[in-house]
Amino acid sequence: MIKYILALRDWIDARFPLIEEWNKHAGQYYAPKNFNFWYYFGVLSMVVLVIQIVTGIWLTMNYKPSADLAFASVEYIMRDVEWGWWIRYMHSTGASAFFIVVYLHMYRAMLYGSYKRPRELIWLIGMLIYFTLMGEAFFGYLLPWGQMSYWGAQVIISLFGALPIIGDDLSLWIRGDFVVSDVTLNRFFALHVIALPLVLCGLVVAHILALHEVGSNNPDGVEIKEHKDENGIPLDGIPFHPYYTVKDTVGVVIFLILFAAVVFFWPEMNGYFIEHANFVPADPLKTPEHIAPVWYFTPFYAILRAVPSQLGGVIAMGLATVLFCFLPWLDRSKVKSIRYRGMNYKLALTAFTISFIGLGWLGMQAPTPLFTWMARGFSFVYFMFFLLMPLYTSIDNDKPVPDRVRF
Amino acid sequence: MRIYILITALLLTPGWLLAAEGEMPYEFSPDLSDQSALQRGARTFVNYCLTCHSASYMRYNRMGQDIGIPDSVLLENFMFGTDKVGDTMQIAMTPSSAEQYFGISTPDLSVIARARGPEWLYNYLMTFYLDSSRPFGVNNLVFKDVAMPHVLWELQGWQKAVYVEEAGEDGLPVRSIDHLELMEEPAGKPAAYQNESYEQTVSDLVNFMVYLGEPIKLKRGSFGVWVILYLMFLLVIVYFLKKEYWKDIHE
Repeated sequence: MIKYILALRDWIDARFPLIEEWNKHAGQYYAPKNFNFWYYFGVLSMVVLVIQIVTGIWLTMNYKPSADLAFASVEYIMRDVEWGWWIRYMHSTGASAFFIVVYLHMYRAMLYGSYKRPRELIWLIGMLIYFTLMGEAFFGYLLPWGQMSYWGAQVIISLFGALPIIGDDLSLWIRGDFVVSDVTLNRFFALHVIALPLVLCGLVVAHILALHEVGSNNPDGVEIKEHKDENGIPLDGIPFHPYYTVKDTVGVVIFLILFAAVVFFWPEMNGYFIEHANFVPADPLKTPEHIAPVWYFTPFYAILRAVPSQLGGVIAMGLATVLFCFLPWLDRSKVKSIRYRGMNYKLALTAFTISFIGLGWLGMQAPTPLFTWMARGFSFVYFMFFLLMPLYTSIDNDKPVPDRVRF
Repeated sequence: MRIYILITALLLTPGWLLAAEGEMPYEFSPDLSDQSALQRGARTFVNYCLTCHSASYMRYNRMGQDIGIPDSVLLENFMFGTDKVGDTMQIAMTPSSAEQYFGISTPDLSVIARARGPEWLYNYLMTFYLDSSRPFGVNNLVFKDVAMPHVLWELQGWQKAVYVEEAGEDGLPVRSIDHLELMEEPAGKPAAYQNESYEQTVSDLVNFMVYLGEPIKLKRGSFGVWVILYLMFLLVIVYFLKKEYWKDIHE
C-alpha cells in the first residue's frame, strides 16, 4: 500500500513541484522557535476563512437573493433545511470571529513591529485583506434582508453621497436604484459569494508567499536569518512542519471549543453577533429608531458620528482605516518588539488601545452630548497615535535588542 | 379585588439602563424546559393570536414533534385553517383587509420573540389599559398607541391607569402614569376569566413564542455539549502530541 502511495507521489512530483513546494512552505520553512500566544491568529484567520467559504457554499444552496424571498429563505434554512440552523449560525458567528482574529492578528503586528522592514509589503497586502473583508462583511450583512440589513446598507451607501460632485451619482451607481432594493440585494449577493471571496483568497495566497519570502518576525523582533549554522539554517529557526503544525493544531482546537460554545449556546451573543432588529423583515417605509452597525464596524462609526459635518465624518472614517497602511513609514524606531521599545510607544499604544475599544463601545450607543464628546476625545487620541508617531518613536528611549531570540 | 400592578420596579433598578428600553414594569426570563407549559402556550397562541397574526415559517407538525403534541390532537385542537399537518401557520385574513380593520397590516409572529425579546413581549401582554382616546379603547405601556385591541381581555379583565402629577422641567405639572390597576371583575364576567392565573398564561404564551422564534433552541444546547466534549477530548490528544514533538526544541 505504502509503496503505491509513494509511487503516486513520485509520479506527481515528476510533473509538479510537489515536494519542492512542500519543503519551501512547510517542511523546510524555518520559523522562529519563540512564537507565543499572539502567533495563533494567523492560522485562525485561515481556519475561519475556510469555515466561511464552506458554510457559505451550503447556505447558497438554499438562500434566495430576492427582496420578496430572502428573509423567508433564511428562516427556511433555520427551520426546514436539515442542520441549516447549524450552518447558518457557523456563518454568522464566523463573521464576528473573523474580525476578532483579524483584529488580534493586526494587533500582534503592532506589538512586535511585524510591519517594519523587510515586511512592509506583507503588511500592505494584509491591509488589502482587511479592506476586502470589510466589504465582504458589509455585502453579506444585507443578505438576510432584515431591518438592520436594509437600513445599515442605506446609511453606509448614503455616506458615498456625501462626497462632493460625484456623490449622488456614485451612491446611485452602487445601489443600482434610488433606494436599496431588490436590484441592490442581487448585486450584493454576487459580490458577496463570488467577487470578494475570489479577491480574498488571492490576497491570502499573496500574503503568505510574501511572508515566506522574508520569513516570520517574532516576539523579540530579532531577524533569525542573521544567525545561521553551517548549512544555512537559522539557529533560532525550526521547521514549520511538524513543530508549528502540531502547535497550531492545539490553538485551533481551543478556538473551535470557544467557537462551538457560541454557535450552540449563544448564537446571537446578546445581539452583538446577530442584531435583534434584524429579525424584522426589511421595510423601506419604516426607519428603525436606532441604527447601529455590527460591533466590528462600531469604532469607525463612532468616528463618523463624532465629526460635526457629514463629509468631514466620512473623510475621518476613511482616514481612520487607511492610516494603518502607513505604519511601516510612520514608525521611526529602530526597534521592532514592544519588549525593547521605550516608554513613548508603550504609552501611545496603550492610549490607542483604550481609544479603539472606547470608540467601539460608543459606536453601539445612541448618541448623547456626553457620548459625542467622549467620541471626539477618543478620535483625537486615535489620530494622534498615527500622526505623532514619527515624532515620539524617533525620540523614544528604546532598550538594546539582544542578538538572538530569548526562549 | 386588590391586585395592584406596580411599576415601581422601574424606580428600583438603575433607571438609565432601562430608559432607552421603555418602561418595563415586569421582569421575565424565558424557560423552555417545561413541555406542558409550551403546550399550554401553543394552545393560547393558536386560539388567540393565530386569527389575525400568521406564523408563516412554522409548520404545525414540527411544533407537534418538538413539544409533544400528536398529529391527531393537532388536527382536532390546534388547527383551524387547514387539515394538513405539514402546513405552515397561515391565516385567512389578507394584509389588505388587516389594514382596513386596524390601519396597519398585522406582523407575522414567527420570529417576533427574537426581534422584541421575551421580556418585552411579556410586558406588552401584561400592560394593556383602558384609554378611550384609542380606536379599540385600549393603550399599552410598552407599545404606546398600539393598533392591536386587548385580545386577551376576557382572561385578564381590564386595567386602568393611575396617574400622578409632577412638576416638569418648566415647572408646569406633567401628568404621567404611575401604575396600572386591575378593575373590579368585568360586568358579565366572561367564562374564560382567569384573574390571578393570567400571569401564568402570559408566561406560558411568551415561552411558546420564544420556542416559535427558534425551534432548534430546544435541542441545540444538547448537541453543543457533545461537540464540546469531543473537542475537549481532541484537545488532550493534540496537546500531548505537541508536547512530544516540542521536547527536542526545549532541550
